[in-house]
Amino acid sequence: MTRGTRISLAIWSGLVIAFLWVPIIVIALYAFNGSTLQSWPITSWSLHWFSVAWHNPDARSALELSLKVGAITTAIALVLGTMAAAAVARYRFFGRDAVSFLLVLPLALPGIITGMALNSFFVFAGISVSMWTIVIGHATFCVVVVYNNVVARLRRTSASLIEASQDLGADGWQTFRFVLWPVLSTALVAGGLLAFALSFDEVIVTTFTAGLQETLPLFILNNIRQGQELPVINVLAFFVIVITVIPVALAQRVIRDTGVSRRGAAQVTEGVEAAEIPAV
Amino acid sequence: MQAGPPGRRARLRLSGLLWRRPWLKALALLTPPLAAFLIIYIGSLAVVFISSFWSVNAFTSEIEHTWSLANYRLIFDTSQPYLHIALRTLGIAAAVTVTDAVLAFPLAFFMARLAGRRTRAILFVMVLLPLWSSYLVRIYAWQTMLAHNGAINWWLNKLGLPDQNLAYTNAAMWLVFSYVWLPFMVLPVYAALERIPDSYLEASADLGARGARTFRSVILPLALPGLVAGSIFTFALTLGDYITPVLVGGPNSQMIGNVVYDNFATNVPLAAAFTLIPILTMGVYLVIARRLGAFEAL
Repeated sequence: MTRGTRISLAIWSGLVIAFLWVPIIVIALYAFNGSTLQSWPITSWSLHWFSVAWHNPDARSALELSLKVGAITTAIALVLGTMAAAAVARYRFFGRDAVSFLLVLPLALPGIITGMALNSFFVFAGISVSMWTIVIGHATFCVVVVYNNVVARLRRTSASLIEASQDLGADGWQTFRFVLWPVLSTALVAGGLLAFALSFDEVIVTTFTAGLQETLPLFILNNIRQGQELPVINVLAFFVIVITVIPVALAQRVIRDTGVSRRGAAQVTEGVEAAEIPAV
Repeated sequence: MQAGPPGRRARLRLSGLLWRRPWLKALALLTPPLAAFLIIYIGSLAVVFISSFWSVNAFTSEIEHTWSLANYRLIFDTSQPYLHIALRTLGIAAAVTVTDAVLAFPLAFFMARLAGRRTRAILFVMVLLPLWSSYLVRIYAWQTMLAHNGAINWWLNKLGLPDQNLAYTNAAMWLVFSYVWLPFMVLPVYAALERIPDSYLEASADLGARGARTFRSVILPLALPGLVAGSIFTFALTLGDYITPVLVGGPNSQMIGNVVYDNFATNVPLAAAFTLIPILTMGVYLVIARRLGAFEAL
């Protein structure tokens, strides 16, 4: 490969990375905009809108709902995802591939399909919208995040560890506590963080399952559409970016630091697994 | 033989039972997640499919459970806007996929084959974080930047170029879709390129191939599964979105997602029939992708 090609590839890469980051940086700067106008360049700087956003009762209740939904969804995803992963990684049975396919379906299909399907189901079954309908919607696509992480970890762990534990007289709980938990804990933490980030950010499925309730992204969306309170929305946008990026950065770190995937390739694979999850 | 309190003995007996009958354990582990998915998710998809054959009474707005193909006839009626909207959606999804492949491939190649370990790790995080940072906020950022007095026009003026009124057009939608789904293309292509053994490239050079020939005959075929895997995301995500058209699209930017969203509260049967277009499209797409080996590249 010639020197010229290498340099042009490096320049192209730099430009694409800039393309990815410039809009994020620009919208983050608007949170510190002193003016109520959304024009560029920003002429006056202020932290005023942070306190306004903090005292906005609608934003607060939306945040509260989002945190509650995120926490419950994560808990459900952890339990169901781990159970399915344990069964698929350890046993051979008819239709095993179908299980993986079934779990990944809500992520692979566009969000409007999942949303529309759940909405018709709730109407058909006479279930009225509540926080729980939002949770059900989020759980359908969060289970697979935990499942992927745990399956990948179990495949790299030898089943004889469990047999050894039983031979030494441990019961199920002890085997779980002293053998499985140390192996799985980081995969569970990473999966849980990603599930939370996914739920906290979700818009499309939520619009079909929330009725008149507002999660934080729905609150932001409704205000953007009506062009209302944009300075407050800028602050919330800044906040949402920070709060979704932190769990992901943590999850990456947790996966990397376990030493299970010390090899570069394995690390990348796990990174891509995490990245498979559309932020819909 | 078994020591300890009765609770522990019972637990040991249970462990033993599950050990002797592994299918019992597999069943116990699988039933809750599978039952939840089959009842709620597959059940929901079945309800959508069935309700697409129903209709809504124009006077009472009640759903009538009479079977007909009326909704499908409406979708394929050329005097109605629906077929046009479906084709526009497919066209934009294809354009976005091609754009992302072109933008992503050189970056993925640089990350996988040229960058040092440290640079590669930094680039990886710089692609991964935008993927996870709020998609709604990233669309909003573009809405702000594309506005008449926004950052894009300001920068164009700085370069001595005239204002471009990109906001609220199909071109803006194409740009913003390409932007939000770009990381989904970079990562699988990167993974595919990273897996190519150096010896393949050396062998190709030993056999007398120049750079362009090695690229065409060795690198591209091996990267193809990664490109197809990435295109599944960019295509499916564009197909099912309605937020981008609402925030940066114009009056002629309606997509499949908008029709579904606008009708789901008032005309469930029509919305349900419309969701079958992306379901079928993705079904066909996934079958082709599987043939091309994209599933191994995921």
